[in-house]
Amino acid sequence: MTRRSQASVKRTAPAAGAAALLEQTWRDPPGLVGWLSAINHKSIGRRFIVSAFGFFVAGGLLAATMRLQLARPDNHLVGPDLYNQIFTLHGTTMMFLFAVPVMQAMAVYLVPLMIGARSTAFPRMTAYAFWMYLFGGLMIFAAFLLGMGPDAGWFSYVPLAGPDYGPGKRNDFWAQLITFTEVSGLLISIDIITTVLRLRAPGMTFARIPLFVWAMLVTAFMIIFAMPAVMLGSTMLIMDRLVSTHFFNYAEGGDVLLWQHLFWFFGHPEVYFIFIPGLGFMSAIIATFARRPVFGYPAMVMSIMATSFLAFGLWVHHMFATNVPELGKAFFTAMSMMIAVPTATQIFCWIATLATGRVNFRTPLLFVLGFFFILVIGGLTGLMLGSVPIDLQVHDTYFVVAHLHYVLIGGAVFPLFGAWYYWFPKITGRMMDERLGKWNFWLFFAGFNVAFYPMHHLGLAGMPRRVYTYPADMGWGPLNLLSTVGAVTIAVSVLLFIVNAVRSRRHGAIATDNPWGASSLEWAAASPPAAYNFLAPPVVGGREPLWEASKDVGAPTYVTGLALDVREALATTPLDARPDHRYIFPQPSIWPFVSAVATTIMFIASIFSPWAIVWGSLLVAVPVTAWFWPKRAETEKHLALEKRP
Amino acid sequence: MTTNKRLSSSPAGRIPGNVTPGGALDVSGLPSYAFGPRSLMWWGTLGVIAIEATVFAMMVATYFYLRSQAPGWPLGVQPPLLVWGTVNTLILLASVVPNHFTKHAAESHDLAGVRLGMCLCILFALAFLVVRIFEFRSLNVAWDANAYGSAVWTLLGLHTVHLVTDFADSLVLAVLMFTGPLEGRRFVDVAENAMYWDFVVFAWLPIYAVIYWAPRF
Repeated sequence: MTRRSQASVKRTAPAAGAAALLEQTWRDPPGLVGWLSAINHKSIGRRFIVSAFGFFVAGGLLAATMRLQLARPDNHLVGPDLYNQIFTLHGTTMMFLFAVPVMQAMAVYLVPLMIGARSTAFPRMTAYAFWMYLFGGLMIFAAFLLGMGPDAGWFSYVPLAGPDYGPGKRNDFWAQLITFTEVSGLLISIDIITTVLRLRAPGMTFARIPLFVWAMLVTAFMIIFAMPAVMLGSTMLIMDRLVSTHFFNYAEGGDVLLWQHLFWFFGHPEVYFIFIPGLGFMSAIIATFARRPVFGYPAMVMSIMATSFLAFGLWVHHMFATNVPELGKAFFTAMSMMIAVPTATQIFCWIATLATGRVNFRTPLLFVLGFFFILVIGGLTGLMLGSVPIDLQVHDTYFVVAHLHYVLIGGAVFPLFGAWYYWFPKITGRMMDERLGKWNFWLFFAGFNVAFYPMHHLGLAGMPRRVYTYPADMGWGPLNLLSTVGAVTIAVSVLLFIVNAVRSRRHGAIATDNPWGASSLEWAAASPPAAYNFLAPPVVGGREPLWEASKDVGAPTYVTGLALDVREALATTPLDARPDHRYIFPQPSIWPFVSAVATTIMFIASIFSPWAIVWGSLLVAVPVTAWFWPKRAETEKHLALEKRP
Repeated sequence: MTTNKRLSSSPAGRIPGNVTPGGALDVSGLPSYAFGPRSLMWWGTLGVIAIEATVFAMMVATYFYLRSQAPGWPLGVQPPLLVWGTVNTLILLASVVPNHFTKHAAESHDLAGVRLGMCLCILFALAFLVVRIFEFRSLNVAWDANAYGSAVWTLLGLHTVHLVTDFADSLVLAVLMFTGPLEGRRFVDVAENAMYWDFVVFAWLPIYAVIYWAPRF
């Protein structure tokens, strides 16, 4: 208790009337055009989170349709062609439109608040990246509703997805969706890296960065080095399909395994840029509800980094059923075993934290505890699949489907739901209902295990993935029915979550600034935060700024001397977070939105004519130039504040 | 400059600036922009460079992967003619001179020097874009002939996209340096444009080696 009461950051008002002026400076403009011009990281973050949740629900409805189809043998609710499109779109949506973007969306909202900043580093680019993501997602669903949904699976293997076996435009839409989401994901990564390295509160040295921010920083670096592989691969795929290149055409010197290498060089790290942010949520939530700092901070940070490096040495374990040399496979088996070490280190640190803390069993913590149970099972089946003989036996069966859902839902979605309950009061200013939250958790937890545990047995019994139906005498009927019951239970629990969120937003108990008694800086801002985040930007003197007194003797507690009528903030040095210069952020602008519309036109038109790349580039160049071009009035204001380095 | 000195000479663990213990850290005396790694946009540019360098590296890896799967290389066609690629390499390398002249002019807030330097850079850009057309014509293979053709066209195409965007960026920035509105931060933009230009030039060297020399060995 004493730890928490000694808050080191005093929220002293710098001057009377400053709050109103700052609010006016940092808020998004009113009206429809203003809404489309918004660049405040909280507005974009909220839209990003809601859109990603919308795609999660859409992907979930696709999954529910598959489960209904598979509930009994010889079912004809959905035909084979539609089923192919449904499972492809389900996987594509969950991986590219939900799991990766939602983590970045959470970071866009939370990271500036957690490091004591007023904005992301490149707010207009944040807005552009969000619109690109949204338009790409809407495009793929429009294609699906028009009967042109991709149908070659979420990893779109050639030759099935190539020109010979995938006629029509279906897989072109898939390839372009990848382009949309990668543009968005890469730009957000640059944004997060620069934000974390340059906009931290003075005093927040590398050794004082919150673990969630560490997780997002490491994830952003991973994305930068992994996503280009799939972006290049999907470009080769669409060129093979549209302009007759031969990258994957065996007859002309191409190679189908090239696609698998490029895809999984990205695809395996992708699992970790879904999983590592989940670990970040875990650390934030466990510290708060164990009411003590996470045990072993240096070990935690080193583990996140080790995981991110090892993740790049795993991709071939998705290709054990190909003719990759056996010695190579042995290397990837060893790496697959090794990555368990840093993950286990983190799990032990959390257990130590919970064991030595005073645990407060609220809904966010329940989801975190669900992670331990589910992820450990997923990790154990992962160790099994990492061994070549077992993988060959169960490759492309429901055993793999069970494994990947245990890992991804246990490792990312459970912490994410916990994170939503945890930060909902910060984002909306109201608490979510605790009773509905507990129902949500228990139904999700039970429904998940009922839906996915039987799939291990189905896989071992030989049921292949991606079949639209099966004959009754295979004996797979009862377990499939059980699995469908579980899926319906999950759907009910997600519905409860939606009801809870919608009701709590209007009628929930009013949240204080720090309702859970947490230690990190976002809880020093108001709930919901003002447009400018912090009236007096904080100076940090320790790892747990709201729990302990400053460790820097004689240090100040807040920053002054920044303009109130211009979007000015303090840039600090990358390692030590010493004050470096005053940085002026751009004003809201419609041009990022217009640029995203233009880019969307170019990407979609290029599916139908390669020349669209040429005229489309000119179309994009105009709004991008307008976006960059400075305004005279703003330049005048900047000149008034200017001081040469 | 005085601020700079104060920053670098302050003892470890202490926070620079006008400090009131337990009170405010007044940052109004700090500069309002900075060059090099002190600038935020420098980090953004570095991020873009990291992404694009990874794309180039992946494409080079693809080239050699396809070669490792092929019975012979370059798949029954002649290697590209050396002349235009080599000429363009020299032009690109020479463009580093006006580029660095521009960068230094920007860092010393020399507007006339920046204007001159950027105009020279744009002339170089026009030159290497024109020669690039001849390069495509001397590849001795079409993109749809075989996988080798697809790989060299994509490799050269990727780099050409960078030449075109770098040209367009520089053109817009050059016009702005003549018309305004100008403030000190625009010199940082010029310096960072020069940094990206260096990347486009030096990324070309391994690509040149792969396209023109790898098929000869």
